[in-house]
Amino acid sequence: MMQMTFQHYRQEVLALTMRWVRRLSREKFSMLFTLVQPMLFWLIFFGSLFQHAANIQILQAPNYMSFLAGGVVVMTVLNNGLAGGVDLLFDKENGFLERMMSTPIHRSSVILSRYLFVMTITGMQILVILSIAFVFGVRLETGLPGIAVILAIGMLFGVGLTAISMGIAFSVKSHGDFFSLLGFLSLPMIFLSSALVPLSAMPGWMQVVAMVNPMTWVIDAVRPLIITGWEAAIPQVALAFVILAIFDAVCLYGGAKAFRRAIG
Amino acid sequence: MMNPAVVIEVARLGKTFGPVTAIEDLSFTVHAGEIFGLLGPNGAGKSTTLRILITVLPPSAGTATVLGHDVVTEADTVRSLIGYVPQERAVDRFLTGREHLELLGGLYHLSRTETNARIAELLKLVNLEEHADRVVKTYSGGMKRKLDIACGLLPNPKIVFLDEPTLGLDVQSRLRIWDYIRRLRENGITIVMTTNYLEEADQLCDRLAIIDGGSIRVIGSPLELKTGLGGDSLALTIKEHEAEKLPRLRDGIRALPLVRDVRINPTGLDVLVEAPEKSLTAVIEVAQRLDCSLDGIEYHRPRLDDVFVAHTGHWLRGGTPEDAEE
Repeated sequence: MMQMTFQHYRQEVLALTMRWVRRLSREKFSMLFTLVQPMLFWLIFFGSLFQHAANIQILQAPNYMSFLAGGVVVMTVLNNGLAGGVDLLFDKENGFLERMMSTPIHRSSVILSRYLFVMTITGMQILVILSIAFVFGVRLETGLPGIAVILAIGMLFGVGLTAISMGIAFSVKSHGDFFSLLGFLSLPMIFLSSALVPLSAMPGWMQVVAMVNPMTWVIDAVRPLIITGWEAAIPQVALAFVILAIFDAVCLYGGAKAFRRAIG
Repeated sequence: MMNPAVVIEVARLGKTFGPVTAIEDLSFTVHAGEIFGLLGPNGAGKSTTLRILITVLPPSAGTATVLGHDVVTEADTVRSLIGYVPQERAVDRFLTGREHLELLGGLYHLSRTETNARIAELLKLVNLEEHADRVVKTYSGGMKRKLDIACGLLPNPKIVFLDEPTLGLDVQSRLRIWDYIRRLRENGITIVMTTNYLEEADQLCDRLAIIDGGSIRVIGSPLELKTGLGGDSLALTIKEHEAEKLPRLRDGIRALPLVRDVRINPTGLDVLVEAPEKSLTAVIEVAQRLDCSLDGIEYHRPRLDDVFVAHTGHWLRGGTPEDAEE
């Protein structure tokens, strides 16, 4: 019986994930842009723009591009994660969600399939970003195992972000509201973190805000994996895992509540 | 005659959204193999009732069972036994028709062979074989509706729920959808549907419940409901400039012995009469006595419109001013 249930669950999640994959493959043009576009601009344009303006001493990095790479990786996770719920919002608006909810599936499979899809795309984007950074001369100090750890951190951060996104999607009245709230959330989360400059270069009040932003802790774990090496990275990574466990738990709790309120 | 098997039992069902009461104290049963309709205007509570029955909305009061299973405590069992056809547009524009059905096959836990066999069968039933591998965004409204119905039938359900199955469709598509629904009944499937089209309820439903303002006003077969009015209808049209005489005319006609009910409508009066051959002349006499010039007088057997007005006090047609008097 238990075995049967697990098979059912796997079948549901697979069928729902296939839906997203099929949709993406139908829009090959947009797939190319999804994979290559937004965060690369940050890396290439911002990275080149501030190459000479940035103070290497303050950055504690060989150059601004290598400093920025970690930030751009985490920004990718942030943006994809926060936007991840919007397709379910469209499903809610046009009744497709209700159709799915009238079938004998476990409620969480809808959410899990979305998470799996969004995070697979995100993982691929992270690999593209690191490859481009490589082309621009950024050498990963921790090598391939470091990439694996970066991906793991990203996926873990993605859990909470996807939960927030779903929570918003199931709470707002329309997708217009969703996008305004998203815009309102994502830029401050980026600027009030260590994504673009280290905390030590920020005014005092900004440092305080950035300290409570989970983005900062995630970036501070990813960055040493790129520019310093294992010794500096391991304590930061361990700390990030603890913080992300708490962050994810809180977000999942809130997201599940919003979901249950909307779906019953 | 044997009592027909009850497949859905709704008892004192209620649903409130915050301070708003959507439905209140609803009770009805649906019998095996019939087409049961919930007829009412938008916002009457039809869709709310349907959504509770398909387990996507929990009730605030009362109970409902589908094939003997409670829609709240045994929701999963109910879900595996029913099919649902939501209102139009509940499709993914970027998937093909076949992919929709494959997705649902996964959600109903059918094996790949089962799914493929069902898909072939259903595409044939709704005549979508040629279009199965086109993305839905290229479909017409009628084709989307057919796909919707195929999706609802995929799990091979005993009961199918349809929400406004022909809303916004042209006449040909509507007739074709009616045809599919009748064919389902021939195959022993029970149908529960909502509609705000009187004609649809009249032509298609074996029994129907008229819902208005969140409660059921009357339940019965269209014929029962019509004969239940106990008379025939006279529709009087009056010249426009004499509209102010309508209340007096109404009172005069109401006083006649063979008249059961009189209501003011936008163009004149609706009169429910017994023995029309006698009452017709009496009505005309009253009009002459009160110096009302009639524009026309129409006699007909009671229609579902008359049933609806008699039980709810207003018209179902969109844009028709309500008879605020009663």
